[in-house]
Amino acid sequence: MIIGEGKPLQDVLAMIQKCSKIIVAGCRGCVTVCYAGGEKEVGILSSSIRMARQNEGKPIEIREVTLERQCDPEYLEEVRGFINEYDAVLSIACGAGVQFMAEKYRKTPIYPGINTNFIGVTEEQGVWKERCQACGDCKLHLTAGICPVTRCSKSIMNGPCGGSVDGKCEVDPELECGWQLIIDILKEQGRLDQMEVIIPINNWTSSRDGGPRKIIREDLKL
Amino acid sequence: MRLSYPTNIRIIKLPCTGKIDVLYLLKTFEEGADGVYVAGCMEGECHYLTGNLRARKRVDYVKKILDDVGVGGDRLQMYNMSAGEGPKFVEAANEMTDRIKGLGPSPIKKQVNKTT
Repeated sequence: MIIGEGKPLQDVLAMIQKCSKIIVAGCRGCVTVCYAGGEKEVGILSSSIRMARQNEGKPIEIREVTLERQCDPEYLEEVRGFINEYDAVLSIACGAGVQFMAEKYRKTPIYPGINTNFIGVTEEQGVWKERCQACGDCKLHLTAGICPVTRCSKSIMNGPCGGSVDGKCEVDPELECGWQLIIDILKEQGRLDQMEVIIPINNWTSSRDGGPRKIIREDLKL
Repeated sequence: MRLSYPTNIRIIKLPCTGKIDVLYLLKTFEEGADGVYVAGCMEGECHYLTGNLRARKRVDYVKKILDDVGVGGDRLQMYNMSAGEGPKFVEAANEMTDRIKGLGPSPIKKQVNKTT
């Protein structure tokens, strides 16, 4: 899922400094699961903002809403009836949700209340780690289910590099070397011969180097 | 025992401090409470094993928020005591009352009173 975390309250307060009436909009998708932008976080952020503004002597009116998803147009319609009554929307969806909201409601400033960090997993309750960079050309079948693009700090396709020491990456002594992980699993599976296969130079045009990406499925279009 | 404790304290009963939610704590301050203390069981003696340990983490989290919003994290405190320790409850009540009296009324309450 997409992992995010709340922005520092002072940054949020600075964005909405001139507003007296705002919507705080959460999302029931990924950011609910990672406790960054769900209904609960809408409540916590709204309460914090109200107290901070009350304390400054500039009370603010907040409407709390949580949409099913902010990355789908039908759910964004839910705010159409009242969005014009507010000075701004503080969206705590991921960056995609914030942008889609801004795209659909051009007259209202839409501000981001969280930072969107990565596509990752819940390693344990309260701990999230990055697993995918959405490069658009999955090679996990060649690399024992460990992504070299994400888990190797240099995203090299044929590793490990000279910076791998005792299974750790030179970038951070706490960080596991992605390629060491690949070798360990291949060894366990008796597939070390896979390491003999040279993975060709990556075609990054399917990743961000080709500009913003899109997928069109004619069979699904209405 | 018939111990007395300050009358300014209002007790809100919960099945376990593990039931405490970040929002419950924030709402009390938003409604104008000058201070809140959470009285949980002794650490390691939670009937639900980790309820009081979780409560402590949530209290610490809310303390940070209260510092950020200018209310002050000192207005919130977690205490641990067993159900049989009446004197310790009184001690916590007195300590917290003294602390809040020293800090004065909540800045939120002051603003609310000013506007109404």
